[in-house]
Amino acid sequence: MNRSESATLGRAPLRLLIPAGLALVLLLAPLTALVSRAPWASLPERLVAPEVLDALRLSILTATVASVLCLLLGLPLAWLLARVEFRGASLVRALVAVPLVLPPVVAGVALLAAFGRNGVLGGPLRDCCGVSIPFTTAAVVLAQTFVALPFVVISIEGALRAIDRQYDDVAAVLGADRWTIFRRVSVPIALPGIMAGLVLGWARALGEFGATITFAGNYPGTTQTMPLAVYTALQADPDAAVVLSLILLVVSIAVLALLRERWLGGAR
Amino acid sequence: MRTVVALLVCLTLASCTTGADGSDQETLTVLAAASLTESFTELEQEFEADLGSVDVRLAFDSSATLAQQVIEGAPADVLATADERTMRTAVDADVVDGSPEIFATNELVLVVPAENPAGIEQFTDLDDPDVDYVACAESAPCGAAARTLLEANRIGSEPKSLEVDVKAVLSKVALDEADAGLVYATDAVAAGDRVKAISVPQSDTAVNRYPIAVPTGSGHPELAEEWIELVLSDRGQALLGDNGFGSPG
Repeated sequence: MNRSESATLGRAPLRLLIPAGLALVLLLAPLTALVSRAPWASLPERLVAPEVLDALRLSILTATVASVLCLLLGLPLAWLLARVEFRGASLVRALVAVPLVLPPVVAGVALLAAFGRNGVLGGPLRDCCGVSIPFTTAAVVLAQTFVALPFVVISIEGALRAIDRQYDDVAAVLGADRWTIFRRVSVPIALPGIMAGLVLGWARALGEFGATITFAGNYPGTTQTMPLAVYTALQADPDAAVVLSLILLVVSIAVLALLRERWLGGAR
Repeated sequence: MRTVVALLVCLTLASCTTGADGSDQETLTVLAAASLTESFTELEQEFEADLGSVDVRLAFDSSATLAQQVIEGAPADVLATADERTMRTAVDADVVDGSPEIFATNELVLVVPAENPAGIEQFTDLDDPDVDYVACAESAPCGAAARTLLEANRIGSEPKSLEVDVKAVLSKVALDEADAGLVYATDAVAAGDRVKAISVPQSDTAVNRYPIAVPTGSGHPELAEEWIELVLSDRGQALLGDNGFGSPG
């Protein structure tokens, strides 16, 4: 806090400090409780249990593939929204945001309706090629991409918009076409924002639960990601659920550390 | 704004008073496993019709959750769980009276979607590599029973998904996302014609027995005993049988 500012404005009022403190307690108490519940003695052997390693490997694999898909599909869409003026752009932007606010279970039901064995797209796919998506690792990736893509598109669009349009104009005057400008000017300048968007999308994909368990099922090694393993473990062995949760907590903190420069640092 | 609040308070108080006026009406709180939903709801009507001045409040949840609630002192007059293991946690914690009585049994059946896309005729068809079937995770009672029966019938193929509860297995089959699933006989009855049930050989080796007991904290132990009598009576047993339960006798 800036010292001279607090001198002129006086002390922060209690009626703001108290709710602010309560908010901190509400956010931190469950996480502290989680750490305190951890079975520290048996932690090392639990961490290397095959189910835990299976779920961790699957989670990292699927979240990474989903992030790459988000980059391949989301970056062009974000560029379109940020750089091309077209009728209905605001409608498209609103539609992209829908999965952001959709309860994940609803996303799972919607994915079943589209890509299930008898889905609008899944049915014909099965008839023509004998491919069935539910209960496969591909279904997990699809669910994660569906929920993570809006995060990626919206944050990359923001990063692209933050670039001064004059760079594009100058490049165009110098004879670059739009593909070259995208590749050699926009993406390099927006790269930190693009990376931040991807990390955010990766974290969202890693935490995906509702759509995955509804659409992809729950089987160790093929579709049981970390959050599903936490939920399954909670039914029989709450200690195991705490251990799995701790791993996810550590990963989340690592993601925050990666993003620290952008969110917590002063440089904007 | 003040008037609205005052009005609301008055209304709430008024409804409380009417409730208190009928103070000769006793409330019996029954905590029961989710699979008992249909049967106990029907029994509630019979019980209230028989006794007139009794209001039965039913709460359904997973057996482990209910047993935990009773241990933690939730108000309950009757506890009915879907397996003996969960009831034992309540007995061990000294929160139920006497020894629980077994009032029903439930066995696993194989259900297939109404149209039976994989053409499954019998349990051993699960071994066909083209058949995608689902079952409960082994942490759930239905998963442990499924594992026993798959091994007893030497089914080598693995389920495509291990769902956390039996209703999730049922919905995967009813939605025709899976070719088959292992659920309780009562679930197959509750699903009606959305699924077809196929019996499982040796299903009698993995039977869930449903115990019922009166928690020590019950405010109406005599009334609770009457509820248990109804459940164990010929009438109660016939009703449970109609919903797919087996008789303990």
